[in-house]
Amino acid sequence: MARTISYREALNEALAQEMERDESVIVLGEDNAGGAGSPGEDDAWGGVLGVTKGLYHRFPGRVLDTPISESAFVGAAIGAATRGLRPVAELMFIDFMGVCFDQIFNQAAKFRYMFGGKAETPVVIRTMYGAGLRAAAQHSQALYPIFTHIPGLKVVVPSSPYEAKGLMIQSIRDSDPVIFCEHKAMYDTTGDVPEDSYTIPFGEANVVRDGDDVTVVAIGRMVSVAEEAARELSTSGIEVEIIDPRTTSPLDEETILESVENTGRLVVVDEATPRCNLATDISALVAKEAFGSLRAPIEMVTAPHTPVPFSDALEDLYIPDAQRVANAVKSVAGWTR
Amino acid sequence: MTDTLSTAVSHELDENALLEAYRTMRTIRAFEERLHDEFATGEIPGFVHLYAGEEASATGVCAHLDGRDSIASTHRGHGHCIAKGVDVKAMMAEIYGKKTGSCHGKGGSMHIADLSKGMLGANGIVGGGPPLICGTALAAKQRGTGGVGVAFFGDGASNQGTTLESLNLASVWNLPAIFVAENNGYAEATSSSWSVAADNIADRAAGFGMPGVIVDGFDFFAVHEAAGEAVQRAREGGGPTLIEVKFTRYFGHFEGDQQTYRAKEVAEARAKLDCLKRFRARVTETGQVDAARLDAIDTQVADLIDAAVEEAKAAPKPTAADLETDVYVSY
Ligand SMILES: Cc1ncc(C[n+]2csc(CCOP(=O)(O)OP(=O)(O)O)c2C)c(N)n1
Ligand SMILES: [Mg+2]
Repeated sequence: MARTISYREALNEALAQEMERDESVIVLGEDNAGGAGSPGEDDAWGGVLGVTKGLYHRFPGRVLDTPISESAFVGAAIGAATRGLRPVAELMFIDFMGVCFDQIFNQAAKFRYMFGGKAETPVVIRTMYGAGLRAAAQHSQALYPIFTHIPGLKVVVPSSPYEAKGLMIQSIRDSDPVIFCEHKAMYDTTGDVPEDSYTIPFGEANVVRDGDDVTVVAIGRMVSVAEEAARELSTSGIEVEIIDPRTTSPLDEETILESVENTGRLVVVDEATPRCNLATDISALVAKEAFGSLRAPIEMVTAPHTPVPFSDALEDLYIPDAQRVANAVKSVAGWTR
Repeated sequence: MTDTLSTAVSHELDENALLEAYRTMRTIRAFEERLHDEFATGEIPGFVHLYAGEEASATGVCAHLDGRDSIASTHRGHGHCIAKGVDVKAMMAEIYGKKTGSCHGKGGSMHIADLSKGMLGANGIVGGGPPLICGTALAAKQRGTGGVGVAFFGDGASNQGTTLESLNLASVWNLPAIFVAENNGYAEATSSSWSVAADNIADRAAGFGMPGVIVDGFDFFAVHEAAGEAVQRAREGGGPTLIEVKFTRYFGHFEGDQQTYRAKEVAEARAKLDCLKRFRARVTETGQVDAARLDAIDTQVADLIDAAVEEAKAAPKPTAADLETDVYVSY
């Protein structure tokens, strides 16, 4: 039965159900067990995001706090994954990948290929991305394109509570390293989520909305931004088809191409900065594989090529919004040779 | 070797220096307590980490620094900024996200910086500062300025690879660097008695071939003396020092933190250990400073903070024209 719960609760439920089902699943990260060694209440925090709250008491010994040593504990999660555990490590903010990137991209990502197919590294690295909380340049980036760039990593960007739960369970069961990117402004977003365990397969995009006029591919939180734009556009007679790729690696190319073959027009909405991001990647795919179907130039709606500014006045201009998406859709819809 | 300094004597500081130290500590305290109140009204955006309770560290260390010297700070950086001379009004405006702020509203609380003052910035990355200070110390050494670099970092940051690598590098290169580990008992909700495997952070100095010192962080004079020795050694080519400053943070990890993981140590620290109270008691008892002069500073500081908040609130925000500037020097 589905109930309405938050993105945070959906993730917590996915972790709990998988820990219940499979003893080899462990959870680790800064304050994930609530703050080790502190004199007050146990499990006070559940990670800074509150996603792991309650797991510490339910699964004794399987929720570990860590010192602030990302290289060591993310690397430890990766090492443990090669030896029979299925660790879910929390790299609090995606920006902190800078501290531990070697363990992720030179170690975890490479093992299977480098070792001739002999390694399995079923680790999940949960991390929050995105702007909107006035958290400034080192706590707001949308860095999933960097992980997407690396062969050997799978990259998940869930766009709703329903997606978050199913994709998290799939991530834990998947036997490759998975970077699971949660948008920090979405933890309190609510939606219908089944109580029972379920998985959403990787590499299968979700067609969020059908429409014949323009294809809009949107990543993560940008899916809801695109939906907002679509509602407004519909009143002026433009029907948008919204595609949520769910995973940027693997990427469901087929669903995107099929949609563009029908609409002939593409807008990609990506919160990342504009160079070498998902917008350029998907645009290149479509330009190459569906060139003959295109009836207008492709539009990309992205952040500008700058760090994320602090001031609300600037951050609100930085983040792609429904107005910018609507403008891009109108410009491709109205384009004539 | 780790030494615990006994409570130090204050005779090296003349009246002006004492008044300056008091003004700095009072300014930090008033700045942070005001931010605590203003944050509660919902007007301040983003994450704000307050330094109240820890004033003696920034003040006692920075009292030895001048224009040749640089410091690197942390996410809890307001105190370090004030102690290194960053303009208080510009800091307040920055925290409010205003164009008149130290970083024109682009950085916010976690990134206040003033390179002209040798203040390399608060830092959103735990452990981000120590490597940079190896660099500023290297530059001072190569250029023969006599300057030193000071990295302030927390107990949590003391477990970061970047910090430990920097301690080693500073020794290997014999850099004029001082590493100030501010052990306030917690990294977020996690206790430093759990996360730091050694008994003391300063014990680690031995493994990196440098002196390690532990000081009572509520005692301005103890910090001042330990830092004075370390800065002098660094300036004279004697290499780096690790100073562990022990105290308690007065507020939550960030504003909004309910702090249920804590015991009741804050009330006790505020009542019995507080650096400002102890400083005042000491310098008035010894007759070095008249209490009325301290009271006058309290009033001046309160006025300054009032004006800073008022001006920050009234200041303009940056505009669309500012969004894409300052990414590069040239492009
Ligand atoms: C690399 C990195 N990891 C984690 C964090 C999140 N974080 C911010 S402050 C903090 C605790 C820092 O503790 P400590 O170094 O003791 O400094 P304090 O907050 O006590 O001043 C953590 C975990 C971060 N900002 N950067
Ligand atoms: Mg601390």
